Amino acid sequence: MRPDSDALVLLNRLPGVRPAHSSGRRLRRISLLFIAIALVCLFLADLALYPTDPWRELGRIGWGFITPYWADSSTLLSALGQTVAFALLALIISIPLGLMLAVFYHWRPVRMLAAAVRSVHEIFWGLLFMQLYGLSATTGLLAILIPYTGVFAKVFAEMFDRQAPQPTLAVSPLSSRISRYAYTLIPQSLGEMRSYCRYRFECALRSSAILGFIGLPTLGFHLETAFKQGQYSEAAALLWVFFILIASIRFWLRGWLLPVYAALAIWLLPQSPPLGSSYAWQFISQDIWPRALQQGDLAGAAAWYWREFSQVAWPALLQTLYLTQIALVLTGVIALLCYPLASQAISGRALRWPGRLLLLIMRSTPEIMIAFILLLLLGPSGLPAVLALALHNGGLIAFLLANHSEQQPQRADDPKGINRYLYLHTPRLYPGFLAFLFYRWEVILRESAMMGILGIATIGFYIDSAFEEIRYDKAFFLIVVAAALNILIDSLSRRIRRRAGADLSAGVG
Amino acid sequence: MKKTFKFAAAAGLLLSAFSAFADTFVFTAIPDEDESRLQQRFNKVADYLSAQTGAEVKYIPVKSYAAAITAFRNDQVQLAWFGGLSGVQARKLVAGSEAIAQGYEDQFFKTYFIANKSAGLSAEETLSAALKGKTFTFGSKGSTSGRLMPEFYLREQFNAAPEDIFSRVGFSGDHSRTIAQVQSGAYQVGAVNYTVWDNELAAGNIDPEKIQVIWTTPTYPDYQWTIRGDVDARFGKGFKEKMRKALLEMKDKDLLASFPRESFVPASNDDYAPIENTARAIGLLED
Repeated sequence: MRPDSDALVLLNRLPGVRPAHSSGRRLRRISLLFIAIALVCLFLADLALYPTDPWRELGRIGWGFITPYWADSSTLLSALGQTVAFALLALIISIPLGLMLAVFYHWRPVRMLAAAVRSVHEIFWGLLFMQLYGLSATTGLLAILIPYTGVFAKVFAEMFDRQAPQPTLAVSPLSSRISRYAYTLIPQSLGEMRSYCRYRFECALRSSAILGFIGLPTLGFHLETAFKQGQYSEAAALLWVFFILIASIRFWLRGWLLPVYAALAIWLLPQSPPLGSSYAWQFISQDIWPRALQQGDLAGAAAWYWREFSQVAWPALLQTLYLTQIALVLTGVIALLCYPLASQAISGRALRWPGRLLLLIMRSTPEIMIAFILLLLLGPSGLPAVLALALHNGGLIAFLLANHSEQQPQRADDPKGINRYLYLHTPRLYPGFLAFLFYRWEVILRESAMMGILGIATIGFYIDSAFEEIRYDKAFFLIVVAAALNILIDSLSRRIRRRAGADLSAGVG
Repeated sequence: MKKTFKFAAAAGLLLSAFSAFADTFVFTAIPDEDESRLQQRFNKVADYLSAQTGAEVKYIPVKSYAAAITAFRNDQVQLAWFGGLSGVQARKLVAGSEAIAQGYEDQFFKTYFIANKSAGLSAEETLSAALKGKTFTFGSKGSTSGRLMPEFYLREQFNAAPEDIFSRVGFSGDHSRTIAQVQSGAYQVGAVNYTVWDNELAAGNIDPEKIQVIWTTPTYPDYQWTIRGDVDARFGKGFKEKMRKALLEMKDKDLLASFPRESFVPASNDDYAPIENTARAIGLLED
């Protein structure tokens, strides 16, 4: 590798010659394009409305929500501890790994590796590792840290791209790539990286909780049980505990306490029975391949793959994509409508806390629960799925926007209230808002997989079914197909973000 | 320094995961209703089995039949309370494993087809053609009473896949949720485990003005205890028999209520041939 090649590239990016920043016209064009696509998808997607009589059940859910109850505090505490333990340890391992990959992100195989590992939902990573490591701490940790490493690699690499090039130019072109990063780009991005890791910790807590749905002893384990069996007060107790955990992160997540927390987390990780006779090798060498392939019948295997692709994967991919495009635009609308509620700079002190609470509930309630409540209201179709995804992701983006809105410089002659929202903050935040939205695009695509209860045939529905039916060859193939679509959307989103100049210097993802 | 610490930590946690369970006999169970406080309830069952067999017995909770099968196949658990279908799948994957006991009720299990009154269906002798075009929900995907048997009878009656009979087919994931979803009208028709229905009815969670049973399947064998074939080699000769005896002699109502079953009766792999054939017939199982 020529040590100076990067430095030459950076030369072309001195302040005066950086690519032009976003113009309103470009942003408008891209926004309208996505709205138009979503409108077309409205006609193609599997949406319907059925009359229902949900009030008895909704009454019980509502009553449960305001009367949280949990019988024994020790289960609750251990679930809480393990939720934090998995999240924390997974980040402690994935951040340095992600950083390492980010340094070599110019290398195509590294980019592809990072894109591949983050293109699979944590739940599906969990289900795969469960075959290899059983129900164990290893399974839980890998399920979070593997996709997160891919995300960190991408986000850190993009942060490095955004840094001013002068310090790098001052370093001798003969110095190695690693020292160039260690002395310039990494220190330059440190503040951004720290705030991004903080945000990512909140995401990891959500992932950790959700992994309870497939059997790890985190909050989600009890939450899923309580909710599906209609014990809404118990479910509410767990949800409130989770909300408080998320809301209080900034009070207890301190850098100097991390070693203490890490030690505690290792001690807290669940112990599980050992695997007496692991079939890991059999899983990798046989279970995930169709029988024809194992028997060396290539034509038969090709026919099998083609049948699964044309009859299952392709229609499911289309349906998933339609729902994703609608959910994406709706997410944007909800985020733009909700963020001013939680921004003190716009709504003032009085509204800020209710607004923050609303966004906390929106982004921290698992989508599948929102989907269930909407299913009772609207009947089964893609509609509850789209709304649940939009509420969850809209709440998340609104929260990030509100934070940025509060950091905006203020002048004495700035307009106030709604005018500040319409003419000052929203236009200023809009490029960043689009960046957030495009980052969430692939996330929404992955999450639309989780909506099997609604009777909509997304790709994730079939992956889940294949695992339930012990058809690992099918599950593996569908995961690969879904990942391919995810990688495609990921690179598309990167390109669009660049072209539209949708960019924000703070950490997003 | 920091990195060494991390690697040491990672290695440490991998090791620590294996210490507490050496030579422990582990089982898992997913009851067909009320999965709350599983650990506490089944710890009592574990204590009972421990006292009866002399081995150290532990219980671990799992979330789904698929997870139970994985744990059984990995030898993470040596004994499992499976549904009819999951038992067949597990025994197919683990050579030498054996069904040793079933619930008394499981000898003649059945599924109720339930419907919201607004769907305008009434109780009949067969699955009525009026079902066509309604919305329908199964229970969980791997369930015998919530998926396998209802799908079999639907296919038999209409000679078509469920997706072609109904305008929409969902998987509620749980019998209680099937009832909640049909009661609220979110789905018009559903298939539910009969014991769960009877118990929810007794508990007053079902409004007979809104929801009713429209058809009952013929009976079939369901839940059973399945044990791995290599337990004698690992826990001593005659261990399997000791475990079978302990299960069959479980008389404490408190323990049985966790499943919930009246008692356990003998069972064998052959008892589940009808389930296996059904699973093959609807393509859920290949050779």
